[in-house]
Amino acid sequence: MDPLKHVEKELKKCVKCGACRAHCPAFAAWQREPAAARGKVALAQHLMKQDITLDDQTYLAMSKCLLCGSCVEKCPNEVPTDEIVIAAREALAQRRGLTTFHKAVGRVIRNRKLMNFGAFAAAILGPLFFRKVPATSGLRLRFPLPFVGGKRHIPQLAKKPFLNRHPEVIPGEPGKPRIVFFVGCMTNFVYTEVGEAALALFRHLGCTVIIPKDQQCCGLPGMSGGDLATVRELAEKNLAALEKYEADYIMTACATCGGALHKFYPLVVGKRNPELMARLKAIAEKTVDAAQLLQQLGLHPAETGAGEKLTITYHDPCHLRTRGITRQPRELLQGAPGVELTEMEGADKCCGLGGTFNVYHYDTSLKINAGKSEAILKTGAEAVVTGCPGCMMQLSDGLKQAGARTKVMHTLEILARKLH
Amino acid sequence: MLESRIIDALKEIVGAENVATETQDLLCYSYDATQMEFLPDVVVYPGNTEEISRVLMLANGESIPVFPRGAGSGFSGGSLAKGGGISLVTTRLNRILRIDQENLLAEVEPGVVTEHFQLEVEKLGLFYPPDPASLKFSTLGGNVSENAGGPRAVKYGVTRDFVMGLEVVLPTGEIIRTGGETYKGVVGYDLTRLLVGSEGTLGVVTKIIFKLLPYPEAKKTMLTTFDSIDGAARAVSTIIGNKIIPTTLEFMDYATLQCVDRRFNLGLPVEARAVLLIEVDGDRELIEKQAAKIHEVIKPLGLVEFKVAKDAAESEALWKVRRLVSPSLRDVNPDKYNEDIVVPRSKVPDVIRRIEQIQKKYDIPIVNFGHAGDGNIHVNIMIDKAVPGMEEKAHEAIAEVFRAALDLGGTMSGEHGVGLSKQPFIPLELSPTQIATMQAIKKALDPNNILNPGKMFPVG
Repeated sequence: MDPLKHVEKELKKCVKCGACRAHCPAFAAWQREPAAARGKVALAQHLMKQDITLDDQTYLAMSKCLLCGSCVEKCPNEVPTDEIVIAAREALAQRRGLTTFHKAVGRVIRNRKLMNFGAFAAAILGPLFFRKVPATSGLRLRFPLPFVGGKRHIPQLAKKPFLNRHPEVIPGEPGKPRIVFFVGCMTNFVYTEVGEAALALFRHLGCTVIIPKDQQCCGLPGMSGGDLATVRELAEKNLAALEKYEADYIMTACATCGGALHKFYPLVVGKRNPELMARLKAIAEKTVDAAQLLQQLGLHPAETGAGEKLTITYHDPCHLRTRGITRQPRELLQGAPGVELTEMEGADKCCGLGGTFNVYHYDTSLKINAGKSEAILKTGAEAVVTGCPGCMMQLSDGLKQAGARTKVMHTLEILARKLH
Repeated sequence: MLESRIIDALKEIVGAENVATETQDLLCYSYDATQMEFLPDVVVYPGNTEEISRVLMLANGESIPVFPRGAGSGFSGGSLAKGGGISLVTTRLNRILRIDQENLLAEVEPGVVTEHFQLEVEKLGLFYPPDPASLKFSTLGGNVSENAGGPRAVKYGVTRDFVMGLEVVLPTGEIIRTGGETYKGVVGYDLTRLLVGSEGTLGVVTKIIFKLLPYPEAKKTMLTTFDSIDGAARAVSTIIGNKIIPTTLEFMDYATLQCVDRRFNLGLPVEARAVLLIEVDGDRELIEKQAAKIHEVIKPLGLVEFKVAKDAAESEALWKVRRLVSPSLRDVNPDKYNEDIVVPRSKVPDVIRRIEQIQKKYDIPIVNFGHAGDGNIHVNIMIDKAVPGMEEKAHEAIAEVFRAALDLGGTMSGEHGVGLSKQPFIPLELSPTQIATMQAIKKALDPNNILNPGKMFPVG
């Protein structure tokens, strides 16, 4: 079946009003219509009518989307351009085969063992840049892969992945919520401190925290490349892992993983695999962002987040913002004694990471990110705080390139300052 | 198809990276908000006035049609390359050249996005009032070429009222300046007024001098609900008759309210048949008085609810009702014709009644909302193109709506322009002599008919 058939109805909704031109970060960077959501939808419509082919030009246009959902949020006709681009990329992948890079992505994210051997860093993070080590340090490693530019660097991986550090079930107080923690690759391999903060906070509230060992990558890197077979495989494994325990909530501390479970699993995987839909929906309904859940469960940041004076600014991850989670993290952060929040201009603008977008369009991704860094620096804050380890990686890169020493932190790290 | 030597010449003028010929690029410049599609042969992105001048000289010498284009958000097909040719995209000319606080004016390039300009002048306590619905993405060049309006036109007027001067490249490639930096100026014909709203048929605007105002001290938003459409319509002229000119007077009829309510559950009173969104701005004390006076004079007209926003957040909540109209409309039918007739504001009740009759006669849902304060009603004829015969019926209904507006002393388009979509109806409004006069101007400026040809005037 032609993947575009999945979005046939959605494609008709676009009336080409052009409203997306105001919100699409890809259009802001390129300033050419094929990069705007409207352009990509128009091309998908013509693909459907078969008056253009899946050639290099179509491929190029469809690659210019961060799947950030900004256009979807603001579209007066509610056109789901993210879903349409995923379908178009799926069609391209089916007709032309996956790119070398996306083949590698698929191979790695399907295989936790491979990931544990550091292939995660090599195949995913390597190309996605990372400059955690200062330029002056000789520790910067270059990574010799065909799709990795000469200047890209391997991130510092955690010595021990988060999932290997804790037992599967950490019992809490009776009568308190049972929470399944969907950790996500970035937290598991790189920002383990985010995982530790989440654990500390929910244990502080007396919750039972369950960290299923057999959970996998959420699959969004695969979805971003149109590799829906891999995404389905991962979704099924994750379903099994997450359903194993009776949980009140499935908690994510990564906006992207949360977006996958909450939105893209039913929307994209479910549509293509109706037999899984009921289970995907059940998982989606239980999925909540950590900050959202902490507030809901009545966390007092005055107790847990107190610490030294720290001026911060907050960046809205796209996959939290588009789910309406913008107020909760700010309220919690402002409740932490010592923390002083100054809003940056365009806090709601995409940082430019866009899953695997920046592998193909590294320069553009940098350009988008440079605007973000500028806004952060203008606030004079000591730290930029956000709710997505993907954004953290991108923001770190941008700030390092700007020569700034601004810290990049996760909301949960601040909220758990007193618990360490 | 253009010969490759032409493409090469264009590349030589603007740089190879600013010329696009791939099918995918052309398709992305084939449409605007009308949903019509015409493929240009080439898309050119010039970077300055001189490049535009050289492109037009080349095109004029070779008789190649040129179609100026901003954001491509127009509602009339005015920027579409019907018949093929060069799509001339002006979005690279996107600088605000200066904001002159002493003379209250600004000079900008045509590719600046309207809202971007507004925000920049507002930082200095200044105000550029024209606010077409597309202001977040439309360009000032497009606004000038189409003479865009917006809700605030009731009090402040339309784009035309803010254009003091222009730099324009004529179809033959010469560069001229019109108007200037003074409010007064009577030397020669007023070419500025001629060019504003000329839909890119007489020249390509490359610089614009805008008049600015001081930013009003405060504003007040009111959502008023009436038990009859007539009451709401009469409220408009009653308010103005009482010497209050609100910033905006937005109107929504019962069909519109039902659409929005079905989706977003507005919780309007059951008696609600029409809503007026009213905003006043200016001196803080004055607007308090105005709001009270408005309440007093519209009360006897079947007012069932009067909500006043206390702060910016509440004002935004009231505006939300108006903003939700567009996304809700398509629940009625998947396709729509969005017309924007204008009548003298005292005739708003009459035109609404006429439209109701037309709706009954053709049995097509018609949803009306818009800028009642200046008599500009957005008449949305909701159809399903998949239903055989419906499109034809809609065309007949549209012609009748236009006739109704004209009978009442109005015009068939207040904001969107003629372009391609209103072309067939032009003879309803303009006499043969009027058309001939306009064509004579067109011919004098564009002897080879290369600039946005095939638009505005009747075909054949």
